[in-house]
Amino acid sequence: MSLTLLTYLVVGSTFALYIGIAIATRASSTKDFYIADGGVHPVANGMATAADWMSAASFISMAGLIALSYNGYGGSVFLMGWTGGYVLLALLIAPYLRKYGKYTVPDFIGERYYSDTARVVAVICLVLCSVTYVIGQMKGVGVAFSRFLETDYETGLGIGMFIVFFYAVLGGMKGITYTQIAQYVVLITAYTIPAIFISLQLTGNPFPQLGLGSTLAGSDVYLLDKLDMILVDLGFQEYTTTLRGSTLNMLAFTASLMIGTAGLPHVIIRFFTVPSVAAARRSAGWALVFIAILYTTAPAIAAMARLNIVDTMQQSDGQALLIEEKPAWFENWERTGLLKVEDLNGDGRIEYTADPETNELTKLDNDILVLANPEIAQLPNWVIALVAAGGLAAALSTAAGLLLAISSAISHDLLKSTYMPSISDKAELRASRVAMAVAVLGAGYLGLNPPGFAAGTVALAFGLAASSLFPALLMGIFARGVNREGAVAGMLAGISVTLLYVFQHKGIMFIPGTSFLGNMSPNWFFGIEPNAFGVVGALVNFVVAFGVSRLSAPPPKEVAELLDFLHEPSTLSTKASSVTAN
Amino acid sequence: MADDKNVGRRQLFAAKVRSLMLRLLVVWFVVSFGFGILLVEPLNEIRVGGYKLGFWFAQQGSIFIFIALIFGFSSVMTRLERDYADSERETEK
Repeated sequence: MSLTLLTYLVVGSTFALYIGIAIATRASSTKDFYIADGGVHPVANGMATAADWMSAASFISMAGLIALSYNGYGGSVFLMGWTGGYVLLALLIAPYLRKYGKYTVPDFIGERYYSDTARVVAVICLVLCSVTYVIGQMKGVGVAFSRFLETDYETGLGIGMFIVFFYAVLGGMKGITYTQIAQYVVLITAYTIPAIFISLQLTGNPFPQLGLGSTLAGSDVYLLDKLDMILVDLGFQEYTTTLRGSTLNMLAFTASLMIGTAGLPHVIIRFFTVPSVAAARRSAGWALVFIAILYTTAPAIAAMARLNIVDTMQQSDGQALLIEEKPAWFENWERTGLLKVEDLNGDGRIEYTADPETNELTKLDNDILVLANPEIAQLPNWVIALVAAGGLAAALSTAAGLLLAISSAISHDLLKSTYMPSISDKAELRASRVAMAVAVLGAGYLGLNPPGFAAGTVALAFGLAASSLFPALLMGIFARGVNREGAVAGMLAGISVTLLYVFQHKGIMFIPGTSFLGNMSPNWFFGIEPNAFGVVGALVNFVVAFGVSRLSAPPPKEVAELLDFLHEPSTLSTKASSVTAN
Repeated sequence: MADDKNVGRRQLFAAKVRSLMLRLLVVWFVVSFGFGILLVEPLNEIRVGGYKLGFWFAQQGSIFIFIALIFGFSSVMTRLERDYADSERETEK
């Protein structure tokens, strides 16, 4: 069977599965649509959260990002940042918002800060970060289709939109939850199988996490030492020790990703679907277990695939690879444009070095590490087909979660809570379906016509969540004195500072040529790169919020009652009805 | 219902939760920002198999410890809440 046919078969059956689940899990009330009726088992929710969280970027790009763009150790910021945020989420945010017991993040901000303005500002922040995030997913769907199924980008995007449309509009959170569980299984299988084989081939150890620290098969040289040595020989810096920028930049980058993670609404709302506060805490632990399976495998893939590539470029006699002896996978990926070679000195060999003047491997895309992995390890075609299905599962599951966060903010927070409070449950359910449909079409449109700022999207989404929503939630739960004025001013200040910093270095709305300080490290504030600036925005948010709260009227006594309710043991539910009833 | 005993009990519960959170967050900070970034160079002098220890914390170890922290938090919180409910029932008798 040809690879393309096989890929169609595998991807087609996963899609049939998602649609089957959607039909079985239609939503019949707003509670179904927003929070899956609050009846999801914590382990199931953990799995759904993992799929919700791990996007096309985690699946396709992260290993390459670590190995190539961040040269190994520097890439640790992603590994620690995108997992450490779950500790903050589990300790400080999720249990309290679950106890609050409503449907959306702006719900809480609106009530805690007793203000429609605060709610609307929260909706704007939510939509800004979720929309920038979803564009990346839609692009991921189109790219995965065009690479594996040889369709046009547009056709691929269209098919992906149809699938998401089907289960998200029909099932809301309920349909999304159960499809995300299926998508998790698909994506984790697709990610780990090639990793296990590569680890076995290189080190004889089937666990990539252990293989990374082992000796190479048939020798007593450690894999990481070999990699360090070869890279230094080629003029690169050491894999295991090279910083990204400075120590301060790494601290800021990690912190920004952590607090961004804990402030992303599409992740937070997943914890509204479990039956109790205790279940929300446990569920966050399970989510991180399922995430960690991929996140501890990724650095192993990064190092092992990099070693494989360097080895391919070097023949046993120490000479560079002869052009006519390129392996088949090499030529396959050259055709996609992810790999490019240019024989600059005309010696018929491909020299791979750190020096751009003499380097003849002129293009080595980050995505190649995961995408070409099965071929480099000479695995059977069904594994390649599975990787295609896995990449699509990662993109679709995250897109659906984001679209739900966007549509519930519109139908619930803007319509029901702010502008049309008298709307019936049935009408609100209809409105949420319409909002979802519009959101899917909008995301599809943006995927087809990506705006200039789409290049920096995912990192920007984290900066925005870190600087606006996370501080507002944290102060809302723990700082009794922060009032309406403080929260609104804080969110606006935090998000503005972050956006300004990103724009001044990357261009206004990322339009090239409009950056007034240039994308140059000497102009960075204490050497902090724009993607790592969310934490500074968050600090500004905190300072402004506390300052403004001091200068204006303290919050009313209902706020103190709400906080008492949030902090009482969750085994008490006596006051629940009196506080949350409007 | 909100007699002095109850208020005192709530405060004790809140204090226990706060100190639990603080201790866990210290560990969270130390294993990631501490061992993974600030102290990475001295730790890299120590080897565990092929791993330099600082590098291991940054790319593997911190993640495992994060998981342990969340489950630890979850189980201690469940115990604290159960004890609270028990002691409240005692008083009502």
